[in-house]
Amino acid sequence: MRDKQIADLKDYKYGFSTDIENIKAPKGLNEDVIKFISNIKKEPDWLLKWRLKAFERLKVLKEPDWQKPKYPKIDYQNLYYYSAPKSFKDKPKNLDDLDPKLLETYNKLGIPLQEQKRLNGIAVDAVFDSVSVATTFKDTLTKKGIIFCSISEAIQKHPDLVKKYLGSVIPITDHYFATLNSAVFTDGSFVYIPPNVKCPMELSTYFRINASDTGQFERTLIIADKGSYVSYLEGCTAPMRDENQLHAANVELVALDDAEIKYSTVQNWYPGDKDGKGGIYNFVTKRGLCKGNNSKISWTQVETGSAITWKYPSCILKGDNSIGEFYSIAITNNHQKADTGTKMIHLGKNTKSKIISKGISAGKSDMTYRGLVDVSKNALNSTNYTQCDSLLMGNECGAHTVPYIKNKNSSSNIAHEATTSKISEDQLYYCQQRGLNQEEAVGLIVNGFCKEVLQQLPMEFAVEAQKLVGISLEGSVG
Amino acid sequence: MEQKIKLDFENSLKNSSFSDQEIRSKRNSLSNFLKIGYPNRKLENWKFSDISQIIKRSIGEVSYYNDYTTKNEIDETILIKDLEHNKIIIVNGKVIKFDFDYEDKDKIEITNVDQENVFHDKNNSLINLNNSFADKTYKIIIKKNYSLKKPLIIYQTTNKKVSNTNINFQLYFEIHENSSLRIVDMVDNKSEKNFVNIFYNFNLEKNAILKNYKLDTKISSNIKYVFDNITLSENSISEIFILSSGSNFSKNEIKCDLEGKYSSAFINGIHSLNNEEHHEIRTHINHLVENTKSYQLIKSVIDDSSKSVYQGKIYVDSTAQKADGYQLSKAILLNENTEFNAKPELEIYADDVKCSHGSTSGNLDEGSIFYLMSRGLDYKTARELIINGFLLDVVEKITDEQIKKLVKNIIGLDQ
Repeated sequence: MRDKQIADLKDYKYGFSTDIENIKAPKGLNEDVIKFISNIKKEPDWLLKWRLKAFERLKVLKEPDWQKPKYPKIDYQNLYYYSAPKSFKDKPKNLDDLDPKLLETYNKLGIPLQEQKRLNGIAVDAVFDSVSVATTFKDTLTKKGIIFCSISEAIQKHPDLVKKYLGSVIPITDHYFATLNSAVFTDGSFVYIPPNVKCPMELSTYFRINASDTGQFERTLIIADKGSYVSYLEGCTAPMRDENQLHAANVELVALDDAEIKYSTVQNWYPGDKDGKGGIYNFVTKRGLCKGNNSKISWTQVETGSAITWKYPSCILKGDNSIGEFYSIAITNNHQKADTGTKMIHLGKNTKSKIISKGISAGKSDMTYRGLVDVSKNALNSTNYTQCDSLLMGNECGAHTVPYIKNKNSSSNIAHEATTSKISEDQLYYCQQRGLNQEEAVGLIVNGFCKEVLQQLPMEFAVEAQKLVGISLEGSVG
Repeated sequence: MEQKIKLDFENSLKNSSFSDQEIRSKRNSLSNFLKIGYPNRKLENWKFSDISQIIKRSIGEVSYYNDYTTKNEIDETILIKDLEHNKIIIVNGKVIKFDFDYEDKDKIEITNVDQENVFHDKNNSLINLNNSFADKTYKIIIKKNYSLKKPLIIYQTTNKKVSNTNINFQLYFEIHENSSLRIVDMVDNKSEKNFVNIFYNFNLEKNAILKNYKLDTKISSNIKYVFDNITLSENSISEIFILSSGSNFSKNEIKCDLEGKYSSAFINGIHSLNNEEHHEIRTHINHLVENTKSYQLIKSVIDDSSKSVYQGKIYVDSTAQKADGYQLSKAILLNENTEFNAKPELEIYADDVKCSHGSTSGNLDEGSIFYLMSRGLDYKTARELIINGFLLDVVEKITDEQIKKLVKNIIGLDQ
């Protein structure tokens, strides 16, 4: 019995859960719950109205059903929309005030806040369930005029900025899950980089889902003002659980003239067990708006976790000469399913976009790249290059490519290529001949396959991601 | 619309010779069509070409009544002179002539397909429409070990007697073991503003070879939809060539089921569009067994306010190991009002496969034009040369020399 428990734990390295009593809003989705969330967060009136407007809209919207991975119907009335660690009520002034149990959880996860503060120089805004617990390195950032805090704090302290940009990229009239998020979002990160400031460090948030049945509805808003630069990291791990958990976050990026935003994600949520039981539903809406001329937004993602990953980090290239990039690795194993890709909407002149997507499917998993490149009539001289490669391991998995290419402009160039293949026997043989076992050899080859994307990750993430690529494919060969 | 279409349906049946069962089947197809109606952009398949809007815009109210008893003369002027060939002549949806004079009579059989046994696809409303209104369905059987000496040219014609009408017809082909058939479809429309709905069914037995060249080059305000359903057995080959430039709107849909090992399907297409034309090629290749191959090459040259669409799908079943699938679509946009949409799709469930696709679209390469001009050509000639070279690539894929020459003649690329 005990052996079995240990074995279960081994399967998912980060599979543990912390016992902290949570404050919860009553189960269900209705106006009262939205008012409760808004009230407990002491939100201004306009935001409550905004939320309710989104909720009104949600009532007439239908859940989309065109995606490849199907899932059992979600009972939205059977979810908690708000839960916060109890100790939040009197917010800690510094790290020592934190609930020791919470700190312990972070240490297990490998995010020692204090150490990170000292050694890595990374400011961490750790979200435990839905409320920001601690934000470090504020001082350095404050000096530069950079605002990096939870969105709830930003709503209190910088209402003008929030009001101006919230919903400007993902409006409340968007699709079902985005609108759901607008109605019930609880917390998330807020970043504002003032004009001509280069953010001196990588900003990072670790999300962690806790509390049974709690859907996570983060809202992240990043604004890079004229001539500024920021690199933002997001990474996730989640405790082991049997029920499926919904995660419908919204991430909005706004880049003004000459600004650049680099957004990197490593996602390793609980993918469910070997038989496909449990796991997170990752239905995230991520969208960046290159609002100003010469602006740039770059998405990099490594998706290895979640039972279902369904997201399309997109760029709206509105400003002239703006650039959008998308680099993605998606790995599915066992019964995981992923339907991911990007949208590049070219509106401004001389806009450029680049898409590199690498998909690896193993076991009984299913992977889809779905992407849209849309060059509008006014986007003169714009270019796009898309490359999506898929690797299949075994004949029980699937790999699909569904690109949509719309070119309405004769001065623009669009190139798209895609390949699907398996790991070549020759390469495997070569590696094994040099003393690697089969698993190591596969890990090495897959890492090579993904190299173009891994290179885009910031140093801190690249190492972790490389390991993750190997771990995710354990047991998929041989 | 529903009232009118039902009335037209009853009127069409009055003069027909269908049995009661067949009529029942036709009625069934009609009710299936009425359930869905014309496809619109909400359907994934019709996302880029909303035919219900297009018909509304360019035809308006459609008449479905087609009197198959009318006598129609053959317009001799449209027949190809300098090529000996077999003929099937279709006027306004009715087959008026079979001519296999060059062939061994014992090897070719022409029969009727019972309306109950025609191809049904509940979800394809245009096939339902075809099944409910088409005249008698003929099946051409090429018997074992026989290769037709001359190509078969199918003249798909309409004359001025019809307008604002929906014209349907269907042909079935069975090519038995070790036999081969070459078909050229010549589209010639004298009529205006009709919706022509064509269905071809091909059944290829072991070692059979089908070559089908679809030529639609004469300017016409008609709207055309063609569906080819091809089933391939072991070691059989199908080669489809599409030259699409004449009709106002045209959609060629090709479904290939590679059901026998070592079977292969080739689809090559040209869209040469101007004058607000809107053409689409949609392919659906199903690799269902081991060692099958498919190859697709589609090139578009788009001018004025025209729109070209390519939707290609390669499906590889989990048992279809060693499948080889390839798709390439290239487009040149000559005018700022043109549009090119592509959706090259792969759906793969087997690991030991080689599948890839590529798609490019852009303007004419000014560098190449400059090169040619520096060698003494004027701008117009240089431009033409590049475009012709771009398209010739596809024409050269035609494996039948006679037909290749014919096609080159038609598009003025004769060397």
